[in-house]
Amino acid sequence: MSILLDRDTRVIVQGITGRMARFHTRDMLEYGTNVVGGVVPGKGGETVEGVPVFDTVKQAVEATGAEASLVFVPPPFAADSIMEAADSGIRYCVCITDGIPAQDMIRVKRYMYRYPRARRMVLTGPNCAGTISPGKALLGIMPGHIYLPGPVGIIGRSGTLGYEAAAQLKARGIGVSTSVGIGGDPINGSSFRDILERFEQDDETHVIAMIGEIGGPQEAEAAAFIRDHVTKPVVAYVAGLTAPKGRTMGHAGAIISAFGESASEKVEILSAAGVSVAENPAVIGETIAHVMERAA
Amino acid sequence: MDIHEYQAKEVLSNFGVATPSGALAYSPEQAAYRARELGGDKWIVKAQVHAGGRGKAGGVKLCNSESEIYAACDALFGRKLVTHQTGPEGKGIYRVYVETAVPIDREIYLGFVLDRTSQRVMIVASSEGGMEIEDISAQKPDSIVRSTVEPAVGLQDFQAREIAFQLGIGPGLIQHMVRTLQGCYAAFSELDATMVEINPLVVTGDNRVLALDAKMSFDDNALFRHPQISELRDKSQEDPREARAADRGLSYVGLDGNIGCIVNGAGLAMATMDTIKLAGGEPANFLDIGGGASPERVAKAFRLVLSDNNVQAILVNIFAGINRCDWVAEGVVQALRELQIDIPVVVRLAGTNVEEGQKILAKSGLPVIRATSLMEAAERAVRAWQNDLTQATKMRAV
Repeated sequence: MSILLDRDTRVIVQGITGRMARFHTRDMLEYGTNVVGGVVPGKGGETVEGVPVFDTVKQAVEATGAEASLVFVPPPFAADSIMEAADSGIRYCVCITDGIPAQDMIRVKRYMYRYPRARRMVLTGPNCAGTISPGKALLGIMPGHIYLPGPVGIIGRSGTLGYEAAAQLKARGIGVSTSVGIGGDPINGSSFRDILERFEQDDETHVIAMIGEIGGPQEAEAAAFIRDHVTKPVVAYVAGLTAPKGRTMGHAGAIISAFGESASEKVEILSAAGVSVAENPAVIGETIAHVMERAA
Repeated sequence: MDIHEYQAKEVLSNFGVATPSGALAYSPEQAAYRARELGGDKWIVKAQVHAGGRGKAGGVKLCNSESEIYAACDALFGRKLVTHQTGPEGKGIYRVYVETAVPIDREIYLGFVLDRTSQRVMIVASSEGGMEIEDISAQKPDSIVRSTVEPAVGLQDFQAREIAFQLGIGPGLIQHMVRTLQGCYAAFSELDATMVEINPLVVTGDNRVLALDAKMSFDDNALFRHPQISELRDKSQEDPREARAADRGLSYVGLDGNIGCIVNGAGLAMATMDTIKLAGGEPANFLDIGGGASPERVAKAFRLVLSDNNVQAILVNIFAGINRCDWVAEGVVQALRELQIDIPVVVRLAGTNVEEGQKILAKSGLPVIRATSLMEAAERAVRAWQNDLTQATKMRAV
């Protein structure tokens, strides 16, 4: 079984009655995702795309046995929705919302740690494209058709750059076990390290691709983890070699503010940990193909 | 969002942080008048711009008389202050803060930041105030004290005391120091700041703890719940193009190169810039048009990129998931027709509705250079820019 998400995983969509949420709910259902319901306070009893809407996540979990949730709630209310999911027994939550205040996310993370590890919800995002296990299920907003099923596990901060990597792989006939978007925000649910740990233990994943960018300590933290704990080959690309220091490049988290946060420093740190670094975004697929040939 | 020093001091003093007495002026006359109102015989005149390093750049002056204040302000107003943080274009001085000078015994550095490793608010302090924190960490790393705040309960007094004692604050001033730290933390957390920096925080000859300088930045994503902070925005301190982009739902950062970029997604936008560099060109900007972009938004993006006179070629790179290539193509066609663009435009489309998008471009009959992969797009943009440049040079030679 793939990490985080499988064909049978029962999914609810929080904020399902919104325009974008409806559109992507239909997309997910068409892809084969087991969407069993939605949650919008005050709209319990309605139906969207053939699935029932509930007032609270607890009601949805009780009625449908939902295990995973996709949060499509506007920024001012998104943190509250994530905490509601965490408190209702949801095991895996993907938050798409872009623009959640950083201190809300600090509170969310603190809140999630109330639960013992065995019962703690896994969160990826916010500000991400979601997670896909090609051929099985899609929990997010990515175009499913650009992914082939296969042995490469992808972890990325950027949505569209992740698509770029998947498309380069598809062009070479290489597939993906699971692709996880961890999002472009400074305070995020799961780090590269958290997902690397899962891919290392996943039988379906043989090679891991990390797509990072400027800003923050998570690529360096991942490098240390790879050096000490990851046996599978890891390929990385870091975006932002031409990004100036001290400027925010679109993603709230994409800003070089300390030593080790520039693209060239991250490349150096990852290379030193034994990671094969793609020198530019056009050769991500090629670099993965080389590493797979070498491993075979 | 950044605010001015005088605004940060007002915000912080509302949370119990002590500051020297001071007043704002919009002209040299007003500055001299403010000094008279404040009283005393020594004042500091400080240019209000959104950047650090004002002292070294000549934006802070000690004055001993009203006429000195007038002269200092006369030299500051209307000028651009260039510090190591502003870039070569500098930032305009339209406001000056006049402050009573205080006798300084000790200078302390105090900063509150969002620490991405612990994912909490972190306090950074040093007994070596007055220097930039980068210099302190390079030259006196042992002087730095760090402490993170547990978000569920907030900053505790014992933590504040620990920091104060580690900074070598005397027992008589510990309570002042605790009040200052608690005030800064309360302002930080209640107002959704991303940074509070007091450098220096001074201990005065008459045993007071005062914030001599103050800087605050706020989380743009949280401004919706702090209208009183949003009002402090000073557009004169922002790059006009970036401000205009933000108002149109576009994320733009101006750079020094010649190849304008129009991309969807921040990561792909950075990767596109990197590829242009690799292909031998220099990107003129970072621009993320976001998800679900309409033809109108694409046309707006063109207008924004073209407002930079250095732009000599444009590269459009769209990998559509939530976007649609046909809409983007329509936007490209609309922009090329309306704006009569006479520089090379390279368009690479991939993802949702890519065939429809290509058809729209082909049918338009416009001289759009098409590319299928990212590398091809970057190479074509750079080559087109170089050819154009050679032709222009030849024409000049004729």
